[in-house]
Amino acid sequence: MKEFKYTIKDEMGIHARPAGLFVKEAAKFPCAVTITKEGKEVDAKRIFGVMSLGVKCGQEITLKTDGDQEEEACAALSKFLEENL
Amino acid sequence: MVIEGKSVFSGVAIGKLSIFNKKDNTVKRNTIQDVEAETKRFEDAREVAKTQLAGIYEKAVKEVGEVNAQVFEVHQMMLDDLDYVESITNMIESQKVNAEFAVATTGDNFSDMFASMDDDYMRGRAADVKDISNRVISILQGNSSDADMADEPVILLADDLAPSETVQLDKSKVLSFVTRHGSTNSHTAILARTMNIPALIGVDYPEDANGKVGIVDGFEGKIIIDPDEETLKIYQEKKKQEDDKKRLLQELKGQDNVTLDGKRINLYANIGGVGDVASVLANDAGGIGLFRSEFLYLESDTYPTEEAQFSAYRKVAENMAGKKVIIRTLDIGADKQVDYFELDKEDNPALGYRAIRICLTRPEIFKTQLRAILRASYYGNISIMFPMIISVSEVKKIKEILAEVKAELDAEGIPYKKDIEIGVMIETPAAVMISEELGKEVDFFSIGTNDLTQYTLAIDRQNPKLDDFYDSHHPALLKMLQMIVDNGHKGGAWVGICGELGADTTLTETFLKMGFDELSVSPSMILRVRDKIRSIDTTK
Repeated sequence: MKEFKYTIKDEMGIHARPAGLFVKEAAKFPCAVTITKEGKEVDAKRIFGVMSLGVKCGQEITLKTDGDQEEEACAALSKFLEENL
Repeated sequence: MVIEGKSVFSGVAIGKLSIFNKKDNTVKRNTIQDVEAETKRFEDAREVAKTQLAGIYEKAVKEVGEVNAQVFEVHQMMLDDLDYVESITNMIESQKVNAEFAVATTGDNFSDMFASMDDDYMRGRAADVKDISNRVISILQGNSSDADMADEPVILLADDLAPSETVQLDKSKVLSFVTRHGSTNSHTAILARTMNIPALIGVDYPEDANGKVGIVDGFEGKIIIDPDEETLKIYQEKKKQEDDKKRLLQELKGQDNVTLDGKRINLYANIGGVGDVASVLANDAGGIGLFRSEFLYLESDTYPTEEAQFSAYRKVAENMAGKKVIIRTLDIGADKQVDYFELDKEDNPALGYRAIRICLTRPEIFKTQLRAILRASYYGNISIMFPMIISVSEVKKIKEILAEVKAELDAEGIPYKKDIEIGVMIETPAAVMISEELGKEVDFFSIGTNDLTQYTLAIDRQNPKLDDFYDSHHPALLKMLQMIVDNGHKGGAWVGICGELGADTTLTETFLKMGFDELSVSPSMILRVRDKIRSIDTTK
């Protein structure tokens, strides 16, 4: 399992569109991908799940990838977070 | 009767009030026998809904621009959400209910989840979930999702309007949106703004308003139902003035900045933050001629990070979609002070430690900004502009630092626009006098007329006593402008104006004759200047 912690910098937080793009990106990998905020964990391949976390600017999330291609998934998705959020 | 609300876009509308009736999507619960067939009905309807949304997205891109149309892309993604889809198919399977009922119930559950979140933006998303669910239900029931519209233009009253409903409305029939619910962040509000029609939210109108005459005052945030004659007259006059402005806007949008004799000039906008991009696009500017980067420093308690800057620059570059975005590096000092820079108090701040002088003596600050700009340049058509230049050696030093930053990015494998354009502000008499030499060093000049005037006339712009002496059309200044254009062109640089004088339409003809390549003005002045350009014949 791989983990990556990230603090959201986008002033809007994880709003609908980046959530959608993130989900699309996560869906490219076979492994399980989750995001956790303050103890609540959701499936990062589901847009409503990601949005339901209501992640705001300045909040920290933990990205976890587990299974096939977990390394690649973690690298690609952390990069996505850094570039977009 | 006057009802107060909250304005989300100003303007005046006078017309018949019409309460928007949504298609009746009442759903009955039925028991079904063939789970497989019912699941397929749902899957088929979901596919149709996605195809419709793709079409609406295309339409919205044309009407309100890509950024505002993105909601329909998100809607398509929502219809692909596994939690949502599985909840529906599970209900069909385990409870043997019809697809309509399963979609309606699931839609309510998800929309309740958003409605109960502690964040305005997310609460607003409840409407999105309802919207996609209603779309699927309409398809299942064989209804078209288009709203019935009156024959004459009306002021539309509604409980709330889903984004797709506003896009599908026949815009020529809507004078204004007035809703009971909705937020200033709602898509309806954003769409109203881009459609340029007044809109109010939070208006608790009576049901018997339907068919009556009403006035929407988007300046004061109120609606007047059944106005008396005097009020009506006042508003008719107000509306006439507004209409004249709007007509100018409509007629000039999409038109070239070209004189009667075929001379062209670029017309760009000056902005001071990411939020200004909407008005840049709404006013049809050809690019951003001056993106003041100070806001990043003024709004922050400490030096803004590379990431924060990168994200702001990138957002603007992406939203401008390939149009030129000229970012001016830090112009702090003089009348713009920031505590954490810990600048000493100066007797003559206008002649003091400011702008490029800070950047060249504190290269760590400068490099952070240059890195952020270069990284963002990969995502659009960015140029860099340096303020307060007085010598060629400064420009050479800047180029060295820029080369260092580029080398760092290359070593890290970070992409950027390799041939990024660089330019300097011409705002000191010294820069004017050496403009021929400067022109050989850079790709463009942009004249900061405010500072150039104050330095040339030796008049402090902040001192009201000197107003009578201050002459922005002073012959010394006009001679300088001609000199800058000629010298810039000699050195191969294009030349523009980004100071207030650029929007002075009494000089537009002079600028064209002088040979300026660009004028950058505040977004609200774009169409006025375009109007002027199109009326000029420079051969006369």
